[in-house]
Amino acid sequence: METNRQDLNRQLAQMLKGGVIMDVTTPEQARIAEAAGACAVMALERIPADIRAAGGVSRMSDPKMIRGIQEAVSIPVMAKCRIGHIAEAQILEAIEIDYIDESEVLSPADNIYHIDKTKFKVPFVCGAKNLGEALRRIAEGATMIRTKGEPGTGDVVQAVSHMRLMQSEIRRLVGMSEDELYEAAKQLQAPYELVRYVHENGKLPVVNFAAGGVATPADAALMMQLGAEGVFVGSGIFKSGNPAKRAAAIVQAVTNYKDAKLLAELSEDLGEAMVGINEHEIELLMAERGK
Amino acid sequence: MRIAVLALQGAFIEHEQVLQRLGVESFEVRQKKDWLQKKDGLILPGGESTVQMRLLRELDLLEPVRQSIREGLPVFGTCAGMILLSEGHLGTMDIRVRRNAYGRQLGSFNAVGKVAEVGDDIPMTFIRAPYIEDILSDKCRSLAEVNGHIVAARQGKQLAAAFHPELTSDDRMHRYFIQLTS
Repeated sequence: METNRQDLNRQLAQMLKGGVIMDVTTPEQARIAEAAGACAVMALERIPADIRAAGGVSRMSDPKMIRGIQEAVSIPVMAKCRIGHIAEAQILEAIEIDYIDESEVLSPADNIYHIDKTKFKVPFVCGAKNLGEALRRIAEGATMIRTKGEPGTGDVVQAVSHMRLMQSEIRRLVGMSEDELYEAAKQLQAPYELVRYVHENGKLPVVNFAAGGVATPADAALMMQLGAEGVFVGSGIFKSGNPAKRAAAIVQAVTNYKDAKLLAELSEDLGEAMVGINEHEIELLMAERGK
Repeated sequence: MRIAVLALQGAFIEHEQVLQRLGVESFEVRQKKDWLQKKDGLILPGGESTVQMRLLRELDLLEPVRQSIREGLPVFGTCAGMILLSEGHLGTMDIRVRRNAYGRQLGSFNAVGKVAEVGDDIPMTFIRAPYIEDILSDKCRSLAEVNGHIVAARQGKQLAAAFHPELTSDDRMHRYFIQLTS
């Protein structure tokens, strides 16, 4: 039987559903994340909060550092490449990364074009802040979508507005008559076939996670209630007082996101949360990169 | 007939959809109070076995689930679910499983093969899949091999597959499991 990479890659994302993907910068952090119940880790040299603080050009991580993390854990390992940086993606594929995040968290390498992800065997996840962006990334070959949120802030407001917007745009498409879909595709700047899929199925054709600013079990539960199928936690864990405990609590919160009583227990004694910066204090809006 | 689907993490909705197509009622198990409902069988879905094991323990589900299976509750585990049934985990099936046996995502693949007791030409989707390294007792029977490795087995009313029947439109594995429950 012929192996269909695109399908297998979408299906790996299906296996991650209901789970938490955690940013880690060292093998030690990766082991803490795995033990706490992460369903995958994102290997990067600096977490988004530190990327913000450091400024300058932010690039793909050292493959040696990523390999160290691959050897440390048995769960899938993801890594980020810059938007449009075909060569970084090829390097990550060469070290057999499980998922590439073509990410706005790094400095974009191309201001116009994203990577043609259909040319790769390895899967890609991409950020989106509305339905049009999500469908354009899927058309380019992304097999998983996440909200962009505003990474490295510990402020969930952007992830919430991106998820809410995407869900309301999906509901709008579902309610349309078939002859309205052509115009909808034009407005969304997305391929008609994908618009039609959303109209018929009421969801994206790939898994959709929340990302950007998730810092507490309550944040994770909020995103799940708004329709996320799982959660990325970047700076929120290892910038907090007790990473192992907070990570485990967020994992449980994603499974039982509707049980407020359990969420109350999970939110107790987690130590200091990531300090966070408000939206209006931010000088650089990463979500505006790569539309 | 009511089937419990372990819904801690992973691709549990896909199993619920297959059961719905077959006209079988199902419910999700996310915590202990869900587990107390009456059930005729249990499905352990794909996902990450490390996550599912941790959550089973934290939510005090590990022992109740293990005990019910030992007492004869029919169970069907796919991929991570097969790992849960194996030695060193729930340990209710006499199998030793190798995790990530085909390597990373680039090693994921599709195959078609015969599954004994179920049928020929069963489509098989392997995603960062395990396989059964060893069957540890004659109570357990291999049902399928791919490239010389055991990828499905049955021990009484316990059914395990390294692949994902819930991701294909072929529902013979699920129908076979439903037969086991009645």
